[in-house]
Amino acid sequence: MKSELVFSKYYGEPEAAGLNNYLNNDKGYDALKKALEMTPEGITQMVKDSELRGRGGAGFPTGLKWGFIPKTNKPKYLVVNADESEPGTFKDRAIMNYTPHMMIEGCIISALAIDAHIIYVYIRGEFVREAEVLEKAIEEAYSARYLGNTVCGKDYKLDMVVHRGAGAYICGEETALLNSLEGKRGEPRIKPPYFPAVHGAFGCPTVVNNVETLAAIPGIVREGVDWFKSFGREKNTGMKLFCVSGHVNKPGLYEKPYGYPFMKLIEEDCGGIWKGRKLKAVFPGGSSSPVLTAEELKDVALDFDDLQAAGSMLGSSAIMVMDDSTCMVQVAIRTAYFYYEESCGQCTPCREGGKWLLDLNRRLESGNGKMEDLDLIADICDKIDGKTICAFGEATAWPLRSLVKKFRHEYEQHILEGKCPFGGKAPSWEQ
Amino acid sequence: MKQVQNAIDAEIDKKKRFYPNKEALLLPVLHAAQRAYGWLPHDVMEMVAKSLELPLPKVKQVTSFYTMFYKKPVGECHLQVCNNIACYLRGSSDVIHYIENKLGILPGETTKDGLFTLTEVECLGSCGTAPVIQINDDYFESVSRSDVDKILEAKQ
Repeated sequence: MKSELVFSKYYGEPEAAGLNNYLNNDKGYDALKKALEMTPEGITQMVKDSELRGRGGAGFPTGLKWGFIPKTNKPKYLVVNADESEPGTFKDRAIMNYTPHMMIEGCIISALAIDAHIIYVYIRGEFVREAEVLEKAIEEAYSARYLGNTVCGKDYKLDMVVHRGAGAYICGEETALLNSLEGKRGEPRIKPPYFPAVHGAFGCPTVVNNVETLAAIPGIVREGVDWFKSFGREKNTGMKLFCVSGHVNKPGLYEKPYGYPFMKLIEEDCGGIWKGRKLKAVFPGGSSSPVLTAEELKDVALDFDDLQAAGSMLGSSAIMVMDDSTCMVQVAIRTAYFYYEESCGQCTPCREGGKWLLDLNRRLESGNGKMEDLDLIADICDKIDGKTICAFGEATAWPLRSLVKKFRHEYEQHILEGKCPFGGKAPSWEQ
Repeated sequence: MKQVQNAIDAEIDKKKRFYPNKEALLLPVLHAAQRAYGWLPHDVMEMVAKSLELPLPKVKQVTSFYTMFYKKPVGECHLQVCNNIACYLRGSSDVIHYIENKLGILPGETTKDGLFTLTEVECLGSCGTAPVIQINDDYFESVSRSDVDKILEAKQ
């Protein structure tokens, strides 16, 4: 498979983040100059033709999203989703740390395409250092006149500002993010309208795009649609950052084309499962994705469509790997605790259901569970799924339902033995 | 308190040109106020409310939603240990117990000398280098026991 490092060329090299490096070694801001000669429709069409899909989780076609922005005299906004809150995801942090100008250039081009004059970068509050790197890079972009009153000398005013979140997973959901940006509690908005394109930030047309999505734009504009589509496969185009964590020998960030074989990534790139153990299960797209067993993963390719066909999702490409010593009920507790803790509390099924799922899994782990608890978990998941304002409901239900479904024997073992068959101990700290 | 007001005013001056209304400045200003004072007691929230011409209950309502806005004082060294799935798989439960034993406090507590606060947090977005501890503004990745020992000794 054709492959090239686009996003992670400077992974681990903070000194590469400066403007000079980007200009001298990466044709920095050449794409912007080209975009300034194009019409907004032309830029959008190019992104549509590239088949670029959003890299925050949903995989929605980026060009199509831009195309929803209505022609109106209202201000329009571009919002960068740098909340990176899906458990297992750590790719946007790397882009912001080591190649911030690629993202900034992508933002400027995207702003031109949708006629936005302000770009907000909504970054999770914990990323203090990343926000600093980004602010420094934005300052450099202002000094070089890529931002400011006259972008590259043209009659186009464009501002960009970093807006820090303050610790809330739900603010990665785009309507919650917009409320948070407006100075409100980060509670998702009721749909419709389904897209912020019409009614977004401050009631105005808004595009919300993920960091990695925007960082892909300069390459498409500069090198062309064919170049971009030469990586990956149909409807899953381009190079992609995969975040691998958990029980592999070499966890970390891996840049591969879409469609890369899952087992190849684990066995070859990540050096296989640690301690000579066997692969047991994986969350392939963050903790919100249904769990897949080793058997199900055998022939899976890493793209949106293949993982969906396998019964899960690529999500934010956050691959959390579990070896055969892992107790899946303990994993369920960690997962349930997360959704219980992070629920914004607006919708009863999510707010109450999350606590029930946590309590039931805790009871099962303690050995005091009953067989009917397993059906109760599935039932609670059914009653959350699709019955909440935002997709947080599904994010709670899908992993927890899949854990019981696929590892039912392990849950039953807890009940029959009256204790955790793994000794009730969490994985140990090696270092 | 003068310092806090100055920090609030400076943040408003620096950021207001980017936003169509004052309400949107609430998160940036709360961050600035907390950085100046250490946490957000009633008086500081009142200053924020007045400076942005917002009702105090509105400020409290927003502050209460976000975990990074502290409603009580935290130690000089705030140890935030991630215990989400990726870190759990790499032994974060042991990390928490190790720090509990070293400092004699449980998650959510602060040592009597006000030096250390221990908090168990959800995913910090650094899962490839688990286990991870965030201490104040910095991440400590792939932490070992000796890393923790060094961090604690340096602060004591």
